[in-house]
Amino acid sequence: MKKTLLEMRNITKEFPGVKALDNVNITVQEGEIHAIVGENGAGKSTLMNVLSGIHPYGSYTGDIYFEGQECRHLNIKDSERLGIVIIHQELALVPYLSIGENMFLGNEQHRYGVIDWDQTYRKAKDYLLMVGLEEDPRTLIKDISIAKQQLVEIAKALAKNVRLLILDEPTSSLNEQDARKVLDLILKLRQEEGITSIIISHKLDEIEYCADRITIIRDGCTVETLDKKLDNVTEERIIRGMVGREMSSRFPQRENTIQDEVAFEVKNWTVYHELYTERKVVDNVSLNVKKGEVVGIYGLMGSGRTELAMSIFGQAYGSNITGTIVKNGEVLELNSIAEAITSGISYVTEDRKENGLLLGSSIMHNITLPRMDFVSKGGRIDKYLERKTADQYMEMLSIKAPNVEQFVGNLSGGNQQKVLLAKWIYSMPDILILDEPTRGVDVGAKYEIYEIINELASQGKAILFISSELTEILGMCDRIYVMNEGKIIDEVLPSETTQESIMNAIIQASKGGN
Amino acid sequence: MNWKTAIRKNLRQYMMLIVLVGIIIFFQVLTNGTLLKPMNISNLIFQNAYVVILAVGMLLCILTGGNIDLSVGSVVALVGACAGTFIITWGWNPHLSILLCLLIGIAIGVWQGFWIAYVKIPAFIATLAGMLVFRGLTLIILRGLTLAPFPQEYLAYSTGFIPDLFKGINLFGVRNTTSLVLGVLIALIFSLFEINSYRSRKKKGYIVESPYILGFKLVIIAAAIIWLFYTLANYRGVPMVFITLGIILIVYSYLTSSTVIGRHLYAMGGNEKAARLSGVKTRQLLFLVYVNMAFLASVAGIVFSARLNSASPQAGQSFEMDAIAACFIGGASTTGGIGTVGGTLVGALIMGILNNGMSIMGISSNVQQVVKGLVLLAAVAFDVISKKNLKFTFISKLRRKRREEVDLVA
Repeated sequence: MKKTLLEMRNITKEFPGVKALDNVNITVQEGEIHAIVGENGAGKSTLMNVLSGIHPYGSYTGDIYFEGQECRHLNIKDSERLGIVIIHQELALVPYLSIGENMFLGNEQHRYGVIDWDQTYRKAKDYLLMVGLEEDPRTLIKDISIAKQQLVEIAKALAKNVRLLILDEPTSSLNEQDARKVLDLILKLRQEEGITSIIISHKLDEIEYCADRITIIRDGCTVETLDKKLDNVTEERIIRGMVGREMSSRFPQRENTIQDEVAFEVKNWTVYHELYTERKVVDNVSLNVKKGEVVGIYGLMGSGRTELAMSIFGQAYGSNITGTIVKNGEVLELNSIAEAITSGISYVTEDRKENGLLLGSSIMHNITLPRMDFVSKGGRIDKYLERKTADQYMEMLSIKAPNVEQFVGNLSGGNQQKVLLAKWIYSMPDILILDEPTRGVDVGAKYEIYEIINELASQGKAILFISSELTEILGMCDRIYVMNEGKIIDEVLPSETTQESIMNAIIQASKGGN
Repeated sequence: MNWKTAIRKNLRQYMMLIVLVGIIIFFQVLTNGTLLKPMNISNLIFQNAYVVILAVGMLLCILTGGNIDLSVGSVVALVGACAGTFIITWGWNPHLSILLCLLIGIAIGVWQGFWIAYVKIPAFIATLAGMLVFRGLTLIILRGLTLAPFPQEYLAYSTGFIPDLFKGINLFGVRNTTSLVLGVLIALIFSLFEINSYRSRKKKGYIVESPYILGFKLVIIAAAIIWLFYTLANYRGVPMVFITLGIILIVYSYLTSSTVIGRHLYAMGGNEKAARLSGVKTRQLLFLVYVNMAFLASVAGIVFSARLNSASPQAGQSFEMDAIAACFIGGASTTGGIGTVGGTLVGALIMGILNNGMSIMGISSNVQQVVKGLVLLAAVAFDVISKKNLKFTFISKLRRKRREEVDLVA
């Protein structure tokens, strides 16, 4: 009889406007490798953040039991004391410190505050051997590969006497060979050290390879837990669990507004990474959008969809960009963002707080910023016209705020997103690129945003709709490009496809592509 | 908006103005009325003109994202040295020399702006290098010596007074009638301008304050203007530098509050990435801001060398600190995007009057430094603490939300 190591009961976590977790239950047995799968935004990481104390006790409801003891973690230290260690997708190593220093960061080997370097590096060496990394612990992190850094993270967890190791997308930035090494290591650690692991991943073949049990989360709820020994676990089975949901009333009725004329075309578009200029992030992409058409680009995170969109938008991202952009039959040379905007292209960023809005400025100032020339004459702002224009857009998109003088930072997520849309609709585009336009927005506001998109399409605007939510893409788009690792791997019509087949296409491409 | 919220909303905004008035009253009493004597007001203007000019340029740098310019003191010295060499050593025409000095200022700005905006060297470092380079060039040009004196034509631009057109007619017994007339004219034009804009706003359907408040405001401001000019008229009249200063303040106030460039400056300081993705040419803007800073520094250089009536290799030392302090006392944000020309003027005046008042009282300059330092600290501390509740909840909310979003996505 296996012992239960961890039990999370009825975990519910709400963020303003969004229920991220809804009565989630999960049980992890001692010595098993437990996988958690789900779509982007299903709540996997939130669940792990609750467990590790990033979301402290009190900010969620429900109970956590570790080895039969109730846990009330207030911070990460509390959970680490019990041996629960989380390794995030974005590695948390300091590049200009050595492996050894990183391994004992916050846990320094010292005597009266003076670091014992001999002990630090001796112990570091031992832990490195355990993870099979033959590297001098004095090497700086920046000088070793990402795959090795991942191993250092695991060694760091071992140094903390880990009992339950949580790996959030541990292989997302590794190639297949390195990924397999990490997975083998996890299997080995279970065998030799008895370490229990939770793996979050959307690479289903990997999960099949190493997991004993699989819990599927969808929309913040646990769908089911599959046991490899009892159930017939296949990729199809997991995908069905991940995406299976009805989508009847979540989207407004789409009229057919597509006109025959092709409004926008991108041909042989190739973009290299901004910093690592030898890395291709968009690879020979060609696509087109007709007037009044909503074209979806679906891809997982890191598929190059944002890089594609931003590089089209006046080369806002990337280096060594090649390819042509054709708008209404005319080839465009866009060398700056301002040129892209005046040529009638708008890009609604996926990250409204970082890249989209001036949170400390008024709604009005945010809306008019991209096209100050509409509300000014000879460089002088017509404040009356500006106010009137802003009022008009605030009403058009039903932004809920007392007036346009309100600071955007004080609005709810949904209303902020509407300000962002207002800003780009105001700039009178013919082509609108929407990057995750409903991210972090509650269901009601989502519906309103969908309606706005439909309205824009019916006005003859060409819309590129980027999303990592399959239901949304299928519910809103007339045509869908599927993107993976910088390439467009498929072009489908929503009426002729299913979520399962799109997911499958990506998973097949990932297998082959590595 | 009722009275209470109006007061609360504006209290912070006007806090420094209230502090300024408090300091004026304080020293007026302690110096037995010397502070506001016509001659001393004239002095105050001469003493602070160049700081205000520098602070206005510095404000624009700070607005773009907390960037500062450490080189302005050295630029002041360098421009003074150039003017001295052209006019005193080589005997060139003073008017053309001034023009040339301003062009040199712009060239310095192009140099600095290039490194900061296009090579992306942090402004702090690029201008620290500039501070050393321009100070060194000053020493080279002057060979470590001081050049003096300047001819009258050169001095007239800053230390001179506007000529009295009504010589002999001593209206209300003032010494310089032209100055008084000018003051009344400015007060009148200002009032008409305000009334006109009030009318047009009302016609266009804006929400406007009651006409009584407008009237009250206008009477106070007009009275202040006329009083200032009346006082100056009782001494030698309006200093020329006061006119220069007035023009700079009006132009830059207008630039920051009512033009597209101004809006772009605030947008860039508020969120540089978002501004860039909205088509704001952030690099070009940063470049222009530093060109402008050096241009204003060269204006200050001319004003200051005229005031000293010499080109000194030690001129302008630590002026950059006075300018930066004026901006922050005047409410500019260290991270950019917040701050006004009016606030900066108030900040500079607080520093200037503290200096002047303490000097009149015979307090040693060593003590003055301590007081000034504490005032800077107090002003910014007040700002931080009064914003604390609002700010902390706002920032922590922001942080939490960002984390949540990361969670939701992952």
